[in-house]
Amino acid sequence: MKFTLSWLYEHLETQATLAEICAMLNQIGLEVESVENKGAALEPFLTARILDAQPHPNADRLQVCRVDAGPGFSDVQVVCGAPNARKDLAVIFAPPGAYVPGLDITIKAGKVRGELSGGMLCSLRELGLGEETSGIAELPADTLPGQSYPDFAGLDDVVIDIAITPNRGDALGVRGIARDLAAAGLGTLRPWLAETVEGTFASPVEWAITYPEACPWVLGRTIRGVRNGPSPEWLRNRLESIGLRPISALVDITNYFCFDLGRPLHVFDANTIAGGRLTLCRGAGETFRTLDGQDCTVTAEDCVIADQNGVQSLAGIMGGEATGATEATTDVFVECALFDPVRVALSSRRLGLSSDSSYRFERGVDQALPIAALEAATRMIIDLCGGEASEVVSAGEQPAWQRTATLRFDRVRDLGGLDVPADESVSLLEKLGFEVRERTAGQVELGVPSWRNDVAQAPVLSQGKDLPADVAALAAQGVAGIEAESDLVEEVLRLKGLDAVPAVPLPPISVVPGASLTPAQARFALARRVLAARGLTETVGFSFVSHEEAMHFGGAPESLRLLNPIASDLDQMRPTPLVNLVAAIRHNSVRGWGDIGLFEIGPAFAQSAQQTLAAGVRSGSTQRYPGVPGHAVSLWAAKADALEVLRQFGVNPDAITTTADAPAWYHPGRSGVLRQGPKNILAYFGELHPSVLQAAGIDVPVVAFEVFVEGVPQPKKKKKSAPVLSAFQPVRRDFAFVLAQDIPVESVLRAVRGADRQLVADVSLFDIYTGPHVAEGTRSVGVEVTLQPTEKSLTDAELEAVSERIVAAVSKATGAVLR
Amino acid sequence: MSDDLETLRQDVLSELAGATDLRAWDAVRVGTLGKSGRLTGLLKALGKMQPDERKARGVALNRLRDELTQAVEARGKELEAAALQARLIAEKLDVTVPPPAEAAGYIHPISRTIEEMTAIFGVMGFQVAEGPDIETDWHNFSALNTPDHHPARTDHDTFYLPPAPGLDVTRVLRTQTSGVQIRTMLGQKPPIRIIAPGRTYRADHDATHSPMFHQCEGLVVGQGITLGHLKGCLIEFLRAFFGKPSLPVRFRSSYFPFTEPSLEVDIGWSRKTGEIGAGEDWLEVLGAGMVHARVLANCGLDPRVWQGFAFGMGVERLAMLKNGIPDLRSFYESDIRWLRHYGADPLAPALLHEGV
Repeated sequence: MKFTLSWLYEHLETQATLAEICAMLNQIGLEVESVENKGAALEPFLTARILDAQPHPNADRLQVCRVDAGPGFSDVQVVCGAPNARKDLAVIFAPPGAYVPGLDITIKAGKVRGELSGGMLCSLRELGLGEETSGIAELPADTLPGQSYPDFAGLDDVVIDIAITPNRGDALGVRGIARDLAAAGLGTLRPWLAETVEGTFASPVEWAITYPEACPWVLGRTIRGVRNGPSPEWLRNRLESIGLRPISALVDITNYFCFDLGRPLHVFDANTIAGGRLTLCRGAGETFRTLDGQDCTVTAEDCVIADQNGVQSLAGIMGGEATGATEATTDVFVECALFDPVRVALSSRRLGLSSDSSYRFERGVDQALPIAALEAATRMIIDLCGGEASEVVSAGEQPAWQRTATLRFDRVRDLGGLDVPADESVSLLEKLGFEVRERTAGQVELGVPSWRNDVAQAPVLSQGKDLPADVAALAAQGVAGIEAESDLVEEVLRLKGLDAVPAVPLPPISVVPGASLTPAQARFALARRVLAARGLTETVGFSFVSHEEAMHFGGAPESLRLLNPIASDLDQMRPTPLVNLVAAIRHNSVRGWGDIGLFEIGPAFAQSAQQTLAAGVRSGSTQRYPGVPGHAVSLWAAKADALEVLRQFGVNPDAITTTADAPAWYHPGRSGVLRQGPKNILAYFGELHPSVLQAAGIDVPVVAFEVFVEGVPQPKKKKKSAPVLSAFQPVRRDFAFVLAQDIPVESVLRAVRGADRQLVADVSLFDIYTGPHVAEGTRSVGVEVTLQPTEKSLTDAELEAVSERIVAAVSKATGAVLR
Repeated sequence: MSDDLETLRQDVLSELAGATDLRAWDAVRVGTLGKSGRLTGLLKALGKMQPDERKARGVALNRLRDELTQAVEARGKELEAAALQARLIAEKLDVTVPPPAEAAGYIHPISRTIEEMTAIFGVMGFQVAEGPDIETDWHNFSALNTPDHHPARTDHDTFYLPPAPGLDVTRVLRTQTSGVQIRTMLGQKPPIRIIAPGRTYRADHDATHSPMFHQCEGLVVGQGITLGHLKGCLIEFLRAFFGKPSLPVRFRSSYFPFTEPSLEVDIGWSRKTGEIGAGEDWLEVLGAGMVHARVLANCGLDPRVWQGFAFGMGVERLAMLKNGIPDLRSFYESDIRWLRHYGADPLAPALLHEGV
């Protein structure tokens, strides 16, 4: 909502400075978005007169002018290139030091082609004020030299743009803003009274309403014999100053009241209305052309204004082209109505049409103003366009807008945290237009002004469906009891300023607070630290990716496809963060950063639910080092990443089994699934499938993992038993088994561990061999077994016995033989 | 000393001198003092001598044995020292060679910022609550006093999803994490103190808007909670977060459908230098208010008994301000150079006692 200071002063008498006004607007919830003071930047520019103009001795296109720009510049020589510079012309003069916004230069005195030049004569374009380029600006012949140009041109007015929150329809007019500022103590609201214009004839156009839910009350009158032409300069300036284009006096008058009082009006050319009656009714699929030239098809939910020929206007939103006032209009019919905010909002959204009028109806207009506004508009039309007014016609009736609200004075303190004396609370509310109905020591009952549609409305609830009926009813009763009071508390606080409320620390629940994260939530923080400490860098990717990309990662159900994506490649909820990580690898690798590791802890979406995964990728090669050649990233790194996360979660590594059945986006022969028990999948890992990489346009090797953090069982919280710190040295023995190539190493390790749970403390793999020294189709697997006696040292015989048990167990489990 | 002993002495000493490595030295030692060494042989021969001869010879031999033992040991030490010296010289490495690089990983500034928020609000007794990114329009809007036609809804450019199979409920990508507040109030009895950090979505994409971003909302519900507490809580937070104990904080009236009174919070900064806490200008950082009576009632709480406050802030916005990050879009571009530049060290998590 834009307005100028001079416009504000029409409604507000104040000594406050611009800075004070802006600070107060901010305080009371009318947030200042910008303050534009065009004049301030042009302050140095002066009106002037060319005393004499002679051709420049050294240049064909230049003239040497003598200029009178008032005291201090009464006879200045200026070299000027404009063809229209001539003796006696009134011009705009830029003295040395003036900054010329249109040229982005600061004027300096100097010589131009050998002739002194002590300033510049300017065009409006150079001042940033217009587009004309045919030479310097020509001011009226009687212009007195030496005036400040912005003062002369009326540019000294400041334009303030404020954001109006949706509850404050009353502040969508300059008068409403003035009222708020006055109530906050920044001056006095000037009285405003509309002078009644007596009608001298019966209006040839009447109203009818058949859709009262949308339009409870409408007024109108005909003014005949008007001359519609350009508005007077004051009105055009006023509209232009807030960015509106003047059209014609009749239209400009409606716009003026729209912004001055927040009161939308519409003017029909009375002679285009067929049948002498306008009816507010439901649409019925008709199409009509609006004032801005669009064809609009209305539904039964939309409220329209129709004459005998059909739909002529979309009520409260936009008039029709066929019946609008034009330069040729001689008889005008003025519409002043109340429309239901919700229906206007829904129609506006449904039809994709909005206007300054619909913006105000949606947010609520002054319920009592229509009569006075119509009178004021009539007066202005007659003043500016002449003519004669008919009697007022109406349909429907003024709705019962009167409401009361009660404030218990303590509540300002108990809800708002500010102790405000009762008298002050009442006085502030009265300045806003509330009327005291009844006051006792503890509370006051107030009448709500007709323009405050946001205060003391009947509560509309949308209570949870699963609430017990008695709980819901009690809560609803509570709202009915206190909502209006909260509205009043808000008004008092707003005017007092929230900075006045003393800040109070929250009462501590306990001096040392409990954990903010549940154990399940803390795991995400832990996984993040673990993976970053392992050299991976965290990314955050969009939750939506392209449908095609998602297909490569196993899932792109239509139920997870956005109905209104912002771009066609951001339309599918991602099945796994790997989609984004793979894209990130490409993004970095094409920039020359192909050897990196990334991870993301974020949501993966499936038809059934969303879950948070810890996913990561490593790409390219490991770094070379003297004596250590680089090698392509290996799936072991990805497996180690996943296992380390699981270990940090407290999963016993011995309880994890690996199966070779990872999903399709992994290399089928170089990927695996980490499981705990037969059903619970903890993670996937492996090389990515070459076709996935190809589709993504990646030419470096990539390994990846996905840990299903939420599916990893929490370890049972039990006290650790004391460790067995044996006094005896462990014995380490190497075994090499030859077994069929397709038997997993994990089964060898598992069998060794199971061979003697007491003695076998550890088993580690040190060798895998295939080649001429073992039979075709087999391989040799070398493991080092650590045997830890606890009672006494092992005798040779005991050592022999346990070795045999180990070999037997492995042989039984895998068919292996000792090499 | 008899001649043979003197000869032996001279021989051994010169042999020792001639031994230049430990192996040669050991041969001299064994050949002299070993089991069948020359001196050992002479000592063994003592037993066969006459007692009177034996005494004098014994004294001489013992003296010679002590002297040679010492000489052998001394020479041994010398050679050991020389060998060590030689080894140390041979083992010399170019210590300017850098060690094998260990890849450094970093935590994303969004995660880091949420961690800092959690740490600070945690001290004030808040717990972290979470909810789904795909919400029903009831949780995202209606329960928050934002009915279908509400002008505030058009300010949210909402992403819509088709109804879930078998369920006739409008689904949206949450435009705010307020749905978490609703779920919390429905699921737990007050007193409530939660923050809800998480992903949020709005159909807007330009230099200062991203279709996905993060919010951290907070909710306090109890008895006797006033706007004074709201101010105390948020001032504490902002000063701790920016590490400026006297950061100027300003509160302005505003409007949100789900709070009343509603307000916006500004912090002092310098538009010119971007420095937080300095200068004449104000910068909006968050929105807040007392929870609207209707919102409490929609969740089954009687607003005559319970009241409280809620707030919401943009995680990226605060991260940008605190760390001087200029561009919103860079948060999601996964450019390794940017991530390494602005990322946080995993070994320095946000711990209040170490300073956030």
